[in-house]
Amino acid sequence: MRAIFTRTLVSHAQESDFVFLTGDLGFMVLEPLRDVAKDRFINAGIAEQNMVSVAAGLARAGYKPWVYSIAPFVYARAFEQIRNDVCLHDLPVFLVGNGGGYAYGVMGPTHHAIEDYGALLGLPNLTVYVPAFAADVPPAIARLMTAARPAYLRLGRDEKPKDFVVPPYAPWRRILPGPGATVLMVGPLAGGILAAAQTLPESQRPSLWVLCELPIVATEIPAAFLAGLEQNGHLIVVEEHVAQGSAGAALAHALLLAQTTPRRFTHRFARGYPTGRYGSQLYHRQESGLDPSSILRLLGNHP
Amino acid sequence: MKDILRKARLRLLKMHFESGVGHIGGNLSSLEMLLTLHHRVMGADDQFILSKGHAAGALYITLWSLGRLTEEQLLTFHKDHTKLGGHPVPHAIPGIPFAIGSLGHGLGLAAGLALGKKLRGQPGRVFCLMSDGEWNEGSNWESLTFIAHRNLREVILLVDLNRLQGFGSTVEVANLGSLASKLREFGFEVREVDGHDTDAIEQGLKQPTSDRPMALLARTIKGHGVSFMENKMEWHYLSMTAEQYQMAVEEANRL
Repeated sequence: MRAIFTRTLVSHAQESDFVFLTGDLGFMVLEPLRDVAKDRFINAGIAEQNMVSVAAGLARAGYKPWVYSIAPFVYARAFEQIRNDVCLHDLPVFLVGNGGGYAYGVMGPTHHAIEDYGALLGLPNLTVYVPAFAADVPPAIARLMTAARPAYLRLGRDEKPKDFVVPPYAPWRRILPGPGATVLMVGPLAGGILAAAQTLPESQRPSLWVLCELPIVATEIPAAFLAGLEQNGHLIVVEEHVAQGSAGAALAHALLLAQTTPRRFTHRFARGYPTGRYGSQLYHRQESGLDPSSILRLLGNHP
Repeated sequence: MKDILRKARLRLLKMHFESGVGHIGGNLSSLEMLLTLHHRVMGADDQFILSKGHAAGALYITLWSLGRLTEEQLLTFHKDHTKLGGHPVPHAIPGIPFAIGSLGHGLGLAAGLALGKKLRGQPGRVFCLMSDGEWNEGSNWESLTFIAHRNLREVILLVDLNRLQGFGSTVEVANLGSLASKLREFGFEVREVDGHDTDAIEQGLKQPTSDRPMALLARTIKGHGVSFMENKMEWHYLSMTAEQYQMAVEEANRL
């Protein structure tokens, strides 16, 4: 996703309000952007708190700054600057966290971001964008630039099945129809689960949805999603994020407020580090039951 | 200037007395700097960031002295439904671009405003007033590095050196040694003045600068102008009794 992110930003780099700050990251990725943005590509150094305050100052001066780092460094290290300097003032600062969830794998938990959007969604005025596929990155960027408000873009590694044609971007999208359980997925793990579901006979397929924007707004939940829930009655939410502040928790809250109660609710979320051992992104997904095989087993257990 | 200062000090004391609010000590230490800066130094293209947000009262009074806040607005200070909070709040007053209360934010914000001007070749400077206790915050040192490395001369730093912070003196809590030498080491041009001498402050800010960013270090007295408050840490928090207020007014009238 980083490559398409860079290409998309290169296409915006000549705009008069464009400015890009990185916390000393982007080697072998951001060079094309650095070359076109010139003095408006700023390596702010390994100093995220200052970087976010500077971005807020730039936004107040009429720019729409991008702020880039590894996900935990951009959202956690500078949390108070995001809260006070950016969100309280509803300024168009676009935070980009690379490596959402367990994407940094065996690099270890300091580099993971499994509580990022939950933490950020407690702040006012901020929208979270989580592309599920690389193809979602340009339209997500277009939407956040149009909104021109505080934003957090959580990037990961695209896992799209080879021959799958990604349907046009929308905050809520069905990517595979099926009569089975309704599965709502957040982020690139959708790709692997889609590939696994495609191996099932059509009569046993779940209805697969991806959610790309948070917070969940009750009135924006598509009618087709609610109709599917009505039909099958089993709602499954799968996300590489802890339960606290999760999309699953927010959806359950929204559905309860609307008096819509699925007959069965399963939430697959990031369980942290249950064994105290560390490994690849897939290893951590397996420990939390987020990998395609675990989801297939869950679907097989469906009554 | 003397008359502006006397009126401002009296109005500041009245506002804090009537609202029963503390933080008066650090407001009195900054008052001359705020007034001199706004009345004699800043031009139309300049901006101001109050990093020591607890001096909000002195900033409101300064804006009032310029006719940019009304008497009616001052009367709402610290009351319910006000836009004049104990620390500046967002979306409230033109001329206060950021809500600030947590320390260690102002310098980075000033750097961002200054960088915005520099990238577009726009005129104007960004003045940022900080406290001395505030230098405990690590984010300031990130901002210093950023400003010095980019030679953001548009940022003009003012520091209120009243030597007292929340629960002790700056020397007792986290002795920084010489801030002047540290700023010089970072590449700043440093000027040191008496922070209650408006002429010295004006001169310090108006003298042509070298090719480096500039910092004005102002030696001040917390609670300046009210003898029973001067250099007393407790006046970071206390509010005045009616009797204390009368004494303060008498002293302020004599200044």
